[in-house]
Amino acid sequence: MQEVTTEKKEFTPNIVAFCCNWCSYAGADLAGSSRLTYPANVKIIRVPCSCRVNPMFVLKAFQQGADGVILCGCHPGDCHYVTGNYYTRRRMALLFSFLNYMGIEKERTRVEWVSAAEGARFSAVMNDFVKTVTELGENKRLTDLRVKEGE
Amino acid sequence: MKDVEMKMKERAKQLLESGEVARVVGWKKGDFCYDPSPATFETVEELDNFVYDYFCGANLSKYLIQISKKEGKTAVFLKPCDTYSFNQLVKEHRINRENVYVIAVECMAKFDIEKIKEKGVSQITGVEVKDKDVKVSSLYGETTLYKPEILLTKCETCQKTHQVKDEEIILHERPERDVDRFAEVKKLEAMTEDERFAFWKEQLSKCIRCNACRNVCPACSCVKCVFDNPASGVAAKANDSEFEEKLFHVIRAFHVAGRCTDCGECSRVCPQHIPLHLLNRKFIKDIDGLYGEFQAGEEAEGKTPLTSYTEGDAEPNDVLNGEAK
Repeated sequence: MQEVTTEKKEFTPNIVAFCCNWCSYAGADLAGSSRLTYPANVKIIRVPCSCRVNPMFVLKAFQQGADGVILCGCHPGDCHYVTGNYYTRRRMALLFSFLNYMGIEKERTRVEWVSAAEGARFSAVMNDFVKTVTELGENKRLTDLRVKEGE
Repeated sequence: MKDVEMKMKERAKQLLESGEVARVVGWKKGDFCYDPSPATFETVEELDNFVYDYFCGANLSKYLIQISKKEGKTAVFLKPCDTYSFNQLVKEHRINRENVYVIAVECMAKFDIEKIKEKGVSQITGVEVKDKDVKVSSLYGETTLYKPEILLTKCETCQKTHQVKDEEIILHERPERDVDRFAEVKKLEAMTEDERFAFWKEQLSKCIRCNACRNVCPACSCVKCVFDNPASGVAAKANDSEFEEKLFHVIRAFHVAGRCTDCGECSRVCPQHIPLHLLNRKFIKDIDGLYGEFQAGEEAEGKTPLTSYTEGDAEPNDVLNGEAK
């Protein structure tokens, strides 16, 4: 008879980070060149501005198996396009609050402002977010089960 | 209500006869007394079928997107809640305001036929209202129902007043009402995440993607809808997974955030009785709380909360953790 293994694989979350080209993406670069580490399961998607992120992107990321989505942009007032991140702030405040209203765990979504000079902050933010999501566990509420079938 | 209908009919006749307007948009009799439908009247003869009663809940504003582009003026009857949608559509340059003659009509709240049927009354032939008592006559006799129990959900908490009018037909004064329209949203907010998830799962899994909510919504007036995009994978098809149910409703609610006038048409037309207005009201409540009271459709110009900002806006993380000021 085949033995059933009860051993559980350690859970490593899939994290999608939308990073603004002008600040946070450069911040990630700085983190790298300063030899600071952040978990490899953070998948960075470079966007021209944090306000490029359509709510659909966030949902799509969750659908395709993300366990957490984080948006990083320039600090309010520092936007390369002057006002982009102000709109992001309103949009995401409403969207994330709404997702929570529908029962999606509030720890799965986050918005952080990281400038190009804040490599250390980028690394700290990512480490903290991955830790939070790891503790929370797998995203089951906003995922398309069919996507995971092949695993 | 009969007297109001008479007056409206008379006025419509005058306008058509004098040639002041080319058409009148109102409601016409349906097969039964409880299913009048929106209609355009172009001749005086057609007005024989004109009706305005307790079942005329439909919002006529959205029809004006197409009709106001036609040649000649259009007269339209708008209830208080409809005028907000009208203003919002004018603001979005969807309605040609110069081409529309708005006649504000009174509304003493409308009835939900489903709720009447739930009370066990069927084969309804007419209703008569006296204060809070509604005498419903049917093939099987008469039943008296309590008015607040059979109102359309959107009318239960409505405190709206006419925002736009070229003239008005208001014969009776509407009683003041003091109800909190966010009561149910607050109830949901007070639940745990798990409970909320279970609640919405139960509700949204009923969705058959008939698109009625989208098609009736005055704020959903995109020429091309994201859900009609064949490349989206969700166009014109039933939901395949739990995710797709949520996707549709989250995106739709977000898309009308800051523009939704809370006219409640989505919940009225939903054949599955999903309380869709609770999705939109969450956005309205958040916007009110975070960015100051805002009622879409009050003004026909100006910016909406999502197309403006202030430097001291609340941080999304603080909002999620309930720490926003």
